[in-house]
Amino acid sequence: MVPLSWYMLLSLAVFTIGVFGFLTRRNIILMFMSIELMLNAVNINLIAISHYMQDLRGQILALFIIAVAAAEAAIGLAIVIALFRNKATAHVDEVQELKG
Amino acid sequence: MKLYVLIPFLPLAAFIINILLGKEVLRNKAHWPSCLAIIGSFIISVITLFDVINGRVINEDLYTWIISGKFQVSIGFLVDQLTAVMLIVVTCVGSLIHIYSIGYMHGDKGYYRFFAYMSLFVFFMLMLVMANNFLLLYVGWEGVGLCSYFLIGFWYEKRAAADAGKKAFIVNRFGDFGFALGIFMIFLTFGTIHYAPVFSEVKNFVGHTVNFLGFEVDLITLIALLLFCGAVGKSAQIPLHVWLPDAMEGPTPVSALIHAATMVTAGVFMVARCNAIFSLSPDAMIVVAIVGAITSLLAATIACVQNDIKRIIAYSTLSHLGMMFIACGVGAYAAGVFHLYTHAFFKALLFLAAGSVIHAVVHNDIQRMGGLKKYMPITYAVMFIGALSAGGIPGLAGFFSKDEIIWSAFASHSEVGKFVWIMLTAVAFFTPFYSFRMIFLTFHGKFRGTHHEEHHLHESPNVMTIPLMILAAGAIAAGWAGIPSVLGGGAHFAHFLEPVVGHPEFHGTHAQEFGVMGLSTTIALIGLVIAFVFYIRKTDIPVMLARKFKFFYVVLFNKYFVDELYNLIIIKPTFWIARKFLVGFTDAKIIEGIVNGVPKAIGVFSNKLRRVHTGIVHHYGIFMAAGAFFIILYVLLWR
Repeated sequence: MVPLSWYMLLSLAVFTIGVFGFLTRRNIILMFMSIELMLNAVNINLIAISHYMQDLRGQILALFIIAVAAAEAAIGLAIVIALFRNKATAHVDEVQELKG
Repeated sequence: MKLYVLIPFLPLAAFIINILLGKEVLRNKAHWPSCLAIIGSFIISVITLFDVINGRVINEDLYTWIISGKFQVSIGFLVDQLTAVMLIVVTCVGSLIHIYSIGYMHGDKGYYRFFAYMSLFVFFMLMLVMANNFLLLYVGWEGVGLCSYFLIGFWYEKRAAADAGKKAFIVNRFGDFGFALGIFMIFLTFGTIHYAPVFSEVKNFVGHTVNFLGFEVDLITLIALLLFCGAVGKSAQIPLHVWLPDAMEGPTPVSALIHAATMVTAGVFMVARCNAIFSLSPDAMIVVAIVGAITSLLAATIACVQNDIKRIIAYSTLSHLGMMFIACGVGAYAAGVFHLYTHAFFKALLFLAAGSVIHAVVHNDIQRMGGLKKYMPITYAVMFIGALSAGGIPGLAGFFSKDEIIWSAFASHSEVGKFVWIMLTAVAFFTPFYSFRMIFLTFHGKFRGTHHEEHHLHESPNVMTIPLMILAAGAIAAGWAGIPSVLGGGAHFAHFLEPVVGHPEFHGTHAQEFGVMGLSTTIALIGLVIAFVFYIRKTDIPVMLARKFKFFYVVLFNKYFVDELYNLIIIKPTFWIARKFLVGFTDAKIIEGIVNGVPKAIGVFSNKLRRVHTGIVHHYGIFMAAGAFFIILYVLLWR
């Protein structure tokens, strides 16, 4: 049987990749993918601990997160399309209209 | 059926009708509701008077107004002998003045407004006299003050009128402050502010003292003097008399109704109503008598040199109000109320006659009048009667009431009584003098105005002269209700009021009474004759006197410089403090400092903070990650 710490290390690795990707990439699509990675890292954690603790609530929460992630992806991609139509770019550095 | 309840509420209904419909619907018929209402009130007042004569005194609470712990006030009416007299004065004189106003105010663009305010005034005045507790009295008291302000400033486009209204209101504030404190003291002492329990319990508090501003003072004296403060303001006694002459900027019927016959006498009414309190405080009585005496004499002397016809009568009013307070101050409340009652007739008459003159010549300066006798014979006749009555010429209304006051002062056998008696005798000389100076300068001799003005002279219409004639009849006959027993009368008036104000204990023989009466009458006749000599026979004498005694003339002409004094010691410092500290410091620094400082600080701070918003998504990401990192760090290390 795989010990819990392995799952958590995997989750940590995926999450770190996600954070790193989010902070370093300039392409908005890639940043999105990084966010999905972070969300999935959380899911791995939840399911692993749920299994470990013999408690189904963690898995239910993971299902919710998947649903939220889907919704977020839909809205996010819609924003990307709208952005691309207006600016003809997917590069976030070129979009600074909200500068204070 | 409680018919008497309608007395105040008819004028209130007229006010509501006029204020709602007057401008658009009634227009130049706006006098109908007001006149009908007050005539209705008058008729009910007469019925009520007969009820009271037959011994039915009403004192009942109609509606519980305030209940707050121990403090309970109801809207209730007390109609006793004193109130019945006041009701007759207010509604009778008021009706005549309302009718007169139809002619006087004809064509004014504020016609409906005038009648609306007049009705409101009558309502408050009737509430004032009918109240059975101090708070309702205070409501009426402030209400008439408010209406007085409205009506003095009736022609508000005129700067002087607007200023005079403000002055009246502000000066009255000083008196009313004391009056309100007096009512508070009554509540603290008696636990109630209804007349009946207060007046019956007051004798249990004789000799009690109370700490007032660090001094141990007699409780009853304190209450009496605080109440008297209100009377000084409302009845324009020295030192708060300055507003009344200025109040003459209002329309003449207003001067007649509010500033001669009714409102200004409210102070006298209140003192008479509270006689149970005042009588138990000899010190307060002395103050009342002396304030009355000083006002009476100073006002009478000022009246001798004024040139504005309405101001002469206004100073005359001050003088007569002073006499009423003298009567109260020596314990002869009935004499004071009697004078109030006769004064209402002859003073309203003088004012309305003066209004009739002003209506014809369109200014107030008696130096530019003269010879009006042949143009306005009715006005001349009635004004002559009014002046005779005011001057205390035997047989007319003013004589009986004034004589009773002079006799009361003489017979009260106290130091103060003698002092005020001397003052009163001097006033008895000045009153006919200035009254007839005014008559002679206005109606006799040659017209001194322009040719154009002379062409315009005419007698006033019937709607004005008929009320004048009725008032003239009143000025002759009103006093017959109180002919003293020494002249073979029954002194009915004093006996009628006895249940309310009691009977003063005077000691004097009939011979003394005749002597006092003879002396004051002789002096009054001398005053009249001197006026005749000065202003008809040898018209150069007054001019010569004015030149010879220039100092006195200037002092009198400028009303003893009281206005200037107040300007110097009150108005100037107030303005100085206002400009220097309130405008320059409190307002500019503190208030505006807070109001402007808060947004300014927020602006400066957010200007710094907005640089965080770069618009670059990665910066936000880094902030978020760093934030999460530090939160985790905190949780791991410190929890």
